[in-house]
Parts: sequence; structure tokens; C-alpha cells
Amino acid sequence: MSALVFSLRDAPPQRLDLAPLTPDRLVGLSESKIAGIELQTTRERLCAGDVFKIRIGDATQIRFEGGSERFDRIGAGMSQGEISIDGDVGIQGGRLMRGGRLAIAGNAGPWAASGMKGGTLAISGHAGERLGGPLSGETVGMRGGVVIVRGDAGARAGDRMRRGMIIVEGNAGIYAGSRMIAGTLIVRGRTGRLPGYLMRRGTIVTLDGSDALSPTFADSGVHEFVANVLMASYVQTYSPEIAVMLRRPWRRLLGDMAVIGKGEIFYPAVAN
Amino acid sequence: MSQLTVNGIRVDDTFAEAFGMRATALSITAHDATWARQAAVTMTGFATSVIGCGCEAGIDRVLHPDETPDGRPGVRVLLFAVSTSELQKQLQNRVGQCVLTSPGSACYAGLEAEEKLKLGDALRYFGDGWQVSKRFGDKRYWRVPVMDGEFVCDAMTGLSKTAVGGGNIIVMGATAETTIAATELAVAAIESVPNVIMPFPGGIARSGSKVGSKYKGVAASTNDAYCPTLKGLGNSALDTDIASVLEIVIDGLTSDAVAAGMRAGMGAILALGPERGALRIGAGNFGGKLGAHHYHLKDLLP
Repeated sequence: MSALVFSLRDAPPQRLDLAPLTPDRLVGLSESKIAGIELQTTRERLCAGDVFKIRIGDATQIRFEGGSERFDRIGAGMSQGEISIDGDVGIQGGRLMRGGRLAIAGNAGPWAASGMKGGTLAISGHAGERLGGPLSGETVGMRGGVVIVRGDAGARAGDRMRRGMIIVEGNAGIYAGSRMIAGTLIVRGRTGRLPGYLMRRGTIVTLDGSDALSPTFADSGVHEFVANVLMASYVQTYSPEIAVMLRRPWRRLLGDMAVIGKGEIFYPAVAN
Repeated sequence: MSQLTVNGIRVDDTFAEAFGMRATALSITAHDATWARQAAVTMTGFATSVIGCGCEAGIDRVLHPDETPDGRPGVRVLLFAVSTSELQKQLQNRVGQCVLTSPGSACYAGLEAEEKLKLGDALRYFGDGWQVSKRFGDKRYWRVPVMDGEFVCDAMTGLSKTAVGGGNIIVMGATAETTIAATELAVAAIESVPNVIMPFPGGIARSGSKVGSKYKGVAASTNDAYCPTLKGLGNSALDTDIASVLEIVIDGLTSDAVAAGMRAGMGAILALGPERGALRIGAGNFGGKLGAHHYHLKDLLP
């Protein structure tokens, strides 16, 4: 059975809350029921059928033809199946996702994977700031699953991350891994200033160095880490190039000593 | 006792009686094969019998780097005990004292099962707060800082409740030389069978035991019926041409594995023939009332 397809009619007239359009909620619904689902974020009512041409199909495989930076909360809370978008999305893509796979062919806005608990989020373009991070008032960010960003990530990627893995194949902005509680953040390129700012535990790998390191990280020298081979084996599926790099010796920086200092940054053996 | 004769060797019409056990497996790795083996040998030392050692343990097989989680040379070991709590205790003590301490070592679950035993979860406290937990997918590891780097360890390993301990073959020959020659060949054949170990020295026990003793408080004592120097006594099980007896004890993760091990061992002994090897093969049992697993030799002939 072919996928359930949402084909964008025109640029959305307002920001859309696409959280209702997940496999969890659409399995078993008729085309008319799906078309009547409200997506508006203003007082002006806007239903799925107004925004998209709908081609009914297997609701565990959802495809969006066309994207927009107004596509907010896409895949939010999904626990199964797959959603693919062949364009950009707005804020909070994959927020509180628990399982399944969300594939974004374009760029993702801020708070992608916010509070994510499981599953896989793949972003082919760039990710906005606070990737995986908590919303205001929340104490914990990403709690599980894997996020792979083929482009760059904005500021504070992995903010307050608790578990899971974020892989950024490009560069990351300032304060990457800020306030991390645990989990793993890997950046193939460079990070902006002060990676691991106030991190408590967890692992940041910045394969191409950083613009500036905090003096509250303690250099523990260059070592070969068996654990990084295990990490490389896991990363291999998502990013083979990074997996090769992880098997090298890395400099271990312990910190952030401004808090409890149980976190670590793996930094190039020759600092740059 | 009725017997079959195969290739000139007498095979007793009897059975080995074995017991249900709790078991687990570990994959121990190191920077080279020598040190992986050293850690495994140390960990499985003094683990010949649950009677006096708390557990029975041994090396199952050598692991190629392609087979280990960290891509380094490794060794798979099996541990057997009579209860889950004793197995947990032995696992924790042995890995903590013998693998954690061995240069370059890492220790991974060697068995996937629904039920688990604590591995790194029990050893992490050695890190004194500097240990690091890492979860990759559904696997969780502990990294414990040690003086040559980090000891990496799976948090948990699998527990099998369907393991079997006490499969055995009794090898009887005309001289010590021919008997041990046949037994060594059998051990080599059994080593190629997966998921079994032979916990005694070099896989061989020369002091087979019976249950009980004339002395109060002694749980097991020499199996006098199979001692050649007591052959003149009325209860001897030995023929006049037997002058040396050795036993191979086989523990396996499954009953089928134990049977396969016994079959391989008997096949090697029978193939060697009576001139250079054993004259007779038997098996130890307790009348069939104690152990749940019975392996009849006639069913295991090659």
C-alpha cells in the first residue's frame, strides 16, 4: 500500500500546528475525517483539507509534498511509522517524539526534537537553535532517540539533554551542549564559543574543534578510548565518516567545573 | 553392566546424570589476544565445581576481533551456578577481581536473554563517582576510570535458567598414558562444540566423586568404585584390564549443547581405538533420581 500523501496546495496563510497529522492519530481515519482535522494556530479555522490535497494511503507512512517554515510541530509525539517532508519545517519538529522516524528534507526551525524520547529524526538541511532543548519552564531536554542533522545546528544544540544522541554533520552554534545532564552530542565540524557551557554530565564530541573553550574544562590529555569504538559502531549506521573519525585518539576535557564537572568534551588531539 | 562394543571399545549401557543450572556468558576483550586470554583464564580459575568453588566456569571459545563489540581480540567464557543469587555473586566477584584488574580489558555480555544479571551495574562503584554511563541504542555501558585508561563494561548480561551442568564421560584405559591420550583427544573435540565448557583442569578430572562420605559433614568423596587401586573390593565397577580412569565433565548453556559435547568427545575416543586409547567408556549418575537431565551413551554414539 502506498503512503498517505499530503500535497501542499499553496503557501500556508498562517503558522500550522501539524501535530495531529501523525501515524498514531491517522491510522483508521477516512479521507474526509483527515481533511477535517484542524491545524490553525490563530482564530481563523484551517483544516488539513484546506491546506493539503490528500491522497489516502497507508497512514503509517506519511509523506508531505512541499514544505514551509510555517509547518510547526510536525511529528510531535509520534510513536510509530514514518513521516517524510520534502521541504522545510517550522518550530518543534519531532517534539516529544517517542518512536518511529521523521525525515525532513529541508531545514528545521528552533526546538526540533525538543524533549524527544525515542525514534529517529533526520534533518537533511540545517537545524535551528536549541535542537533537542526544553521549552521555557521545562527542566529536561531530549531524553532518548537519535537526531541526525546533515547540515549545521544553531545555538545551544542539545541544551539540557538527558539521554540519546545528536549527530550534527556540519557545524554547531555557540553553547553547544549547554547545561547537558547526560547523553551524547557529536559535531562533525566546529562548534561555536563555549561548548558544554555548564554541562553536568554527558559527552560532547567536537571533531573539528571549537571557536573558544571555556577555561572551566580540565585537559586530561590524549587517549585511545575503547568506549569511542562502541560509539563509532553505533554511529556507523547514521554517519559512516564520523564513525571512522571517532576511532582515533581524542583529547578529553573534563567539565564543566563551574558545576559538577562530570561531563566530557572529546576534542581534536592537536588543539585548533 | 551390559555393554556395546564400538571399534573395539566397550561402551557401557548407562547414562550421565546432569542438573539444571543458572548460567551466563561474557565476552572479554583486550588490546591483544594474550591479555584477553589472561583475563579469561584468571576469571575462570578455581571454578571447577560448584561443590567447593561456588561456580563452574571456563573458556567457551576464542573470539575474532570481528565478533567482539569493540573490535579487539576476545574470549568468551561461561559461568554456571546452582542459583541466580550465587551466580550474581560469583560474577561480580570474579569480574571485579580478575577482569577489571587485567591490563587493557573490557567485558561485555556474552548472552542475550530476557532475564539479566548485573555486570557493570554492580562494578561501577569502583569508579568512586568518576564512572560514566553511556547508552547507545538499547545497550548501556559503564566506563570506569582505571590506571591504564578506562574499564568498559556492559551494564547487564543475560541469565539462562535452562543451562545444564554435569554432563560427563568416564574414560577407562589400560594405562595412564593411553587413557589420558584418549581423554585429551576428547577434550579437543569438545572444545569445538559451542556453548559448552569443561571446568576441570585442562578439561579433565581424575578425582571423580560420589555423593556423601563416611565422614560427617563431607558432601562428596572419592568414587571408590572407579578407583583402580581399589579394584579388588567387591563394589568396584572396573574390569581387570582397566588401570586408569579419567572423567570429562561438561556444562552447557542448553541440554542439546551438553549432548553435542558428549557426542563429540565419545566420537574422538572411539575413533582413536583401543590400541592407543581407551578400552571402555562409561558415565556417572546417581541412579537417575537427582538430576533432571539423562544422557544415555548409546544415544550419543557417532
